[in-house]
Amino acid sequence: MYVKLHNIEKSFGDFKASDHINFEIEKGKLVALLGPSGSGKTTILRMLAGLEYPDSGDIFIDGVRVNDLEASKRGIGFVFQNYALFRYMTVYDNIAFGLEIQKKSKKECKERVEELLELIGLKGMGHRYPHQLSGGQKQRVAFARALAPNPHLLLLDEPFAAIDAKVRQELRSWLKETINKVGITSIFVTHDQDEAIEVADEIIITNHGRIEQIGTPLEIYRNPTTLFTAQFIGESILLEDYGRLKGFEQEVRAAKAVIRPEFVKVTKRGEQLQFPNSVEEGVVEKLSFRGSHIEMQINVKGIQLVATRSLEENPVNLGEKVDVLIYRLFVYNGITASVVENMAIQDNAPIYI
Amino acid sequence: MNKTNKKESKLVRNLLILLSIIFLFIMLVMPLVVVLSEALQKGFKLYIDAIQDKYTMKALLLTVEATVFAVIVNTVFGLFAAWSITKYHFKRKRLLTVLIDIPFAISPIIAGLVFILTFGRIGWAKEILDFLDMKIVFAVPGIILGTIFVTFPFISREIIPVLQAQGNDQEEAAAIMGASAFRIFRKVTFPQIKWAFLYGIVLCTARAMGEFGAVSVLSGHLRGKTVTLPLQVEILYSEFNFTAAFAVSSVLVILAIIILIIRNIIEHQMKKAGGNYVRKAS
Repeated sequence: MYVKLHNIEKSFGDFKASDHINFEIEKGKLVALLGPSGSGKTTILRMLAGLEYPDSGDIFIDGVRVNDLEASKRGIGFVFQNYALFRYMTVYDNIAFGLEIQKKSKKECKERVEELLELIGLKGMGHRYPHQLSGGQKQRVAFARALAPNPHLLLLDEPFAAIDAKVRQELRSWLKETINKVGITSIFVTHDQDEAIEVADEIIITNHGRIEQIGTPLEIYRNPTTLFTAQFIGESILLEDYGRLKGFEQEVRAAKAVIRPEFVKVTKRGEQLQFPNSVEEGVVEKLSFRGSHIEMQINVKGIQLVATRSLEENPVNLGEKVDVLIYRLFVYNGITASVVENMAIQDNAPIYI
Repeated sequence: MNKTNKKESKLVRNLLILLSIIFLFIMLVMPLVVVLSEALQKGFKLYIDAIQDKYTMKALLLTVEATVFAVIVNTVFGLFAAWSITKYHFKRKRLLTVLIDIPFAISPIIAGLVFILTFGRIGWAKEILDFLDMKIVFAVPGIILGTIFVTFPFISREIIPVLQAQGNDQEEAAAIMGASAFRIFRKVTFPQIKWAFLYGIVLCTARAMGEFGAVSVLSGHLRGKTVTLPLQVEILYSEFNFTAAFAVSSVLVILAIIILIIRNIIEHQMKKAGGNYVRKAS
């Protein structure tokens, strides 16, 4: 394992920022630390960088315990949330800063800076000052500056947070591509699940200073193992008394369940039903236009469910009675969360065939 | 209705501007004119003679000396204090910020008395000073000490807000790349605080030159030894030597005007640099 955190504990006064943190990261992976604000993700990043020190536990980078190593000796590149570009230096001098400290010759510096300017698509803009750049450009300069001294590990703190929505989308895919091209092991912090799912090879979910779950974006999306993950990822709704729903009667031990809009299929009366015996009757209570689709709030036996409907399908109306099919739920039994498929669908399937 | 409102507001505007101008004229411009005209009343030669007086020249030198010392000491400690307050977390940080402001709140006379009670004949430090064969009260070190006390907050007060607004990110970024503390200060921090720092020095200089209260208590008025320009003005005035008093005053006024011009140039530069910052943040 390339990066390894072992039993890390860290408190700021009474606030427990890291509670028993353990994880490992393979070389060359792009990993997201995902969690709500105050969940301790940035603290982990700063401890890796050597900007904070853990109260106890070990940090290993490339097999070396780096706890007592100062930040500059860890071979790390760090991209700050608000870029932290040196205001009074040109783009060129910003990128060359780390190289000059390494006592590289003028020629080497120039070659490396030119190479990086090309990589970030800002060729010929080396003479500009940070205030003459757009947010996205600044972020790319910050990225180049962190990469310049050839670090082994790249850490990015909320790399897209300060950038407007349109550019952010572009920058995400650009960053993923570029990191793959450079082949550097990278960890980035984010509170945005879409960002983590889209960019990362692997996601580490943090909450209240603890790690909730580690896995690939698909695993985390499909099989959340804790209630927090189930609720945090996707557009999830918490259901308290779901045993009333058809097909889930047997799961009585469990206390809570989480459902996502994509688990719910809504059919208008008269449209063909795939599993006629498994559907519930629901009443459309609210319709909201979401641009690419319509979001419906549906009341099923007093339980509020959310489902989506494509604009291409026959529109439903407020107060209309519809058939609702629930494919699956994430059921939380007090310790772990697991996926439970609709029993009624499984029972009926052979008959239907 | 709208129109009358506009008319009224225009009237109010002009009235306020006029009042401000009249007030400033009576309170500031007229006295300055009086100083200069009184100084030159008995002819230019007498004016020059008054300035070239042996004791006046000594007083000018002492003022310059005290100012230079005060600015140097306050530059060093002002930087340290501003740095500690903005870059480190520690207990009682707020207390330190309040302590820095004390000279703003305390009358300079009291500052002078404090030093007399500490280092004077009845002071507890008297024996140590005797042992070291040093004299502070009624001597040049006392004057410098008083001036430093009074002007202490100026430089750190100017730098602290700028450093606070910047945060530590840039310094951390430089540190991760292995830059030494001195390099970080020289290349990253100092360019940011440069104008605020110079502005602080100018304010400190202006205040140090004009200091009267604390210095008056600590000086003992030994002519040619412990008399600064403001004290010299007072002595001349109390001797009814008005022409000389005004002549020496005019020297102080001219120095103040020079500093005012420098101050404005720096303020302009600061705004320019600040403008960059605003654009960067947006």
